[in-house]
Amino acid sequence: MKRLGIIALVVALLACVPLVTNSNVVLNFLVVALLIALVGQGWNVLGGYGGQYSFGHAAFFGTAAYTTGILQLHYGLNGWVGLVIGIAAGALVGAVTGALSFRSGLRGSYFALVTLAFAEVLRIIASVAPITGAGVGTLIKLDLRPEAFQFQSRAPFYWIILGFVAVSLLIAQRLEASRFGAYLVAVRENEDAARAAGIDVFRIKLAAMTLSAAITAAGGCFYAQYFLFLDAGIAYGPWISVDALLAPIIGGIGTVFGPLLGALVVKTLGEVTKHLIGDAPGLDLVIFGCVLILVVAFAPRGIAGLLRRRI
Amino acid sequence: MLSPVLLIPAVLNGVLTGAVYALVALGLTLIYGVLHIINFAHGALLTVAMFAAFFAYKLFGLDPYLAAVGLTPIFFCLGYALQRFVIGPAAHGEDRNILLITLGLAVVIENALLYAFRADTRTVNLPYGFSTIEVGPAFLSVPRVIGFCVVIAVTAALYLLMRFTDTGKAIRAVAKEKLGAELSGIDVAHIYAVTFGLGTACLAVAACLLLPTYYVNPHAGNAFVLIAFTIVVLGGMGSVAGALVGGLIIGVVESLCGLFLGESLGQIGIFVIFILVLLFRPTGLFGERA
Amino acid sequence: MSGEMLRVENVSRRFGGLLALDQAAFFAEQGHITALIGPNGAGKTTLFAIITGFLSATAGHVFFEGADITGLAPHLLARRGIARTFQITQPFAGLTVAENIAVGSYLHHARRADALAAAEKVAHEVGLDAMLGRLASDLTVAGRKRLELARALAIEPKLLLLDEVLAGLNPSEVRDMVPVIQAIRARGITIVMIEHVMQAVMSLAEQVFVLAEGRIIAMGPPDAIAADARVIEAYLGHGAAARMRGSAANG
Repeated sequence: MKRLGIIALVVALLACVPLVTNSNVVLNFLVVALLIALVGQGWNVLGGYGGQYSFGHAAFFGTAAYTTGILQLHYGLNGWVGLVIGIAAGALVGAVTGALSFRSGLRGSYFALVTLAFAEVLRIIASVAPITGAGVGTLIKLDLRPEAFQFQSRAPFYWIILGFVAVSLLIAQRLEASRFGAYLVAVRENEDAARAAGIDVFRIKLAAMTLSAAITAAGGCFYAQYFLFLDAGIAYGPWISVDALLAPIIGGIGTVFGPLLGALVVKTLGEVTKHLIGDAPGLDLVIFGCVLILVVAFAPRGIAGLLRRRI
Repeated sequence: MLSPVLLIPAVLNGVLTGAVYALVALGLTLIYGVLHIINFAHGALLTVAMFAAFFAYKLFGLDPYLAAVGLTPIFFCLGYALQRFVIGPAAHGEDRNILLITLGLAVVIENALLYAFRADTRTVNLPYGFSTIEVGPAFLSVPRVIGFCVVIAVTAALYLLMRFTDTGKAIRAVAKEKLGAELSGIDVAHIYAVTFGLGTACLAVAACLLLPTYYVNPHAGNAFVLIAFTIVVLGGMGSVAGALVGGLIIGVVESLCGLFLGESLGQIGIFVIFILVLLFRPTGLFGERA
Repeated sequence: MSGEMLRVENVSRRFGGLLALDQAAFFAEQGHITALIGPNGAGKTTLFAIITGFLSATAGHVFFEGADITGLAPHLLARRGIARTFQITQPFAGLTVAENIAVGSYLHHARRADALAAAEKVAHEVGLDAMLGRLASDLTVAGRKRLELARALAIEPKLLLLDEVLAGLNPSEVRDMVPVIQAIRARGITIVMIEHVMQAVMSLAEQVFVLAEGRIIAMGPPDAIAADARVIEAYLGHGAAARMRGSAANG
């Protein structure tokens, strides 16, 4: 109950931001940070609570983005309908790759490898397939109407992504208080003991992966609507796979607010770097990589963990 | 399409390319066999080595094959230091942490190169870069033939090292039974670092062999490392013989795929093999039970 | 009128060239404590692994309450009412004692509050009340053994398989555990235990089976087993029984 109150408070506070500022810079910053928080929460479900580290979450992000983008561009489908179908598509990819991987008993490094490979395969296909525009990319038609899931100003986008993040926070909260969540954590801690306690480990992992993919897919659809341009490197590139895991690890892996905290840190770091050293390609990721190593080395439980130790 | 005039050169070229792939894979499988970690930074380290070889040529006029002599010990030390002072301590012994740290290293290295050198592709023009020798119906590129011979020599050297030197025996001991090795007085942290250093040294040699015929850019290593992963998984994690055989097989497969399907789809062929092997026979051809 | 809760029929298991179990057969009567003893390497844990679905049998069948359960997955067996502990304790290290036990309780209590309440009751049964809020990784060996037992009890089993639950405990800790196990049996749960701690076997078990080199070589009540020559030889070597009799005769 108390946790629900905190979620409501945080969301309410964040919702007020567009009311106190008109700055596009601030709003854009927060929109992207919230997008990363959403994608990160998706990763957190599988990696944080479930203990299965995926290095290829881009596969779900990109599939959802392309699905909604292509359906809108080539088939005139409505953006909101595209959102639903995109999430379903991303979740399906998650379910299939999960089923294959977990059936084969892949764990740890092997699982990370196979998720990496799946994302890479999709990236290569997207970079040559005509339907995704191959090297040129996919441009979604500009249609600035709310019914088409596009808006003139940033504020509506902000509230929508905030809404998505709020839902993801609730999902994480529910996870922690439910049997499914307890089973998921048990699988993370000790698979054999989990089996002996009556848990169908395969089913739990598969469900977690599908849920994780769906949440991340929502982020992919949002990206498509907000930026209106996709290419193979954007949709399936390592940047999103890295961001997806970086945010929860920095913020606190396996916690409700970890991904949100971490996303804000990551985005802030990125902006600070840009201001101090200029907009050079690659620099932000260098910083992120260093932060990742430092966090794992000195604060494996992330910011949330450091806070908890104080209390 | 199936005429021997086309097939034989494709196969032979595949074998030559595969040998260098095998060398990259060798480093990876060595590290896995002893440290039991999948080194996600392997590709980035290869890229660094390629850049090093490139600048050795551009700045000092050093022929890559000569540069290898100097770069190999340097990269051995680099690998040693990485494992001893970064990866080892930061991981606190947990597998999941090692995954993240090597991934972090990969991200840092690759993007540092991107930041420093931009995404431009560089190549070197060597006098013998395009010479070929004739073997039957095939014209084999001289640098690739040299590469093949060097790989054989390096593998032989590594084999002798493992079999007959004290360090080699210590490495094999740690790979088999870490606790027992530790109790026998072997400094495991040191051996881990030595092994990592050997793996990185292999990359230095591979980079020098690749330079005459390949391009250099911050993403170059990645292309090779997924191939190396496929080889290691196919040949069996930790198996030297597996890395060699797997490398040759993959080289030939890639060559034939390129012949029949064209470049980019050939790449997909490798990934598909990779995924299939991971799913259905993760222990590979020569590997021990996972 | 008690029947056979568990029947193991001619189970064999091969590992490459090694025949770890050779047509092993035993049964456990409902409501009784049955002990499975034998020298190290006899195949006891392998047999448990096969019964609980963690390992497949090369040949033979396992029957539970009359139904053939051979080869079923561990979680399905847990749902049918078979619980096991592990020889080397397998706690959920990052979770508290209460959360550990609750994982088991969740099998029959879907809501969190109910599962935690049930877990508390089980913790009380094994004497872990004081440790509910502690992390499982903070427990002593004795504590971990109790936790192992608690998690198994939490799934409300009909059959409880204990794999050396007393190993690593000092004599006073063993003395504390025995009544706990007796209380479990008093509740009507059938127990099969692998044990090396002979004093416990003698005082707890009603029926004893002896496994040596993969084969059942003797069965019977504890005192009969203790005097059985074949059993003595299995533990102490060929001719040991005769030597013991001889030295006893010589005074």
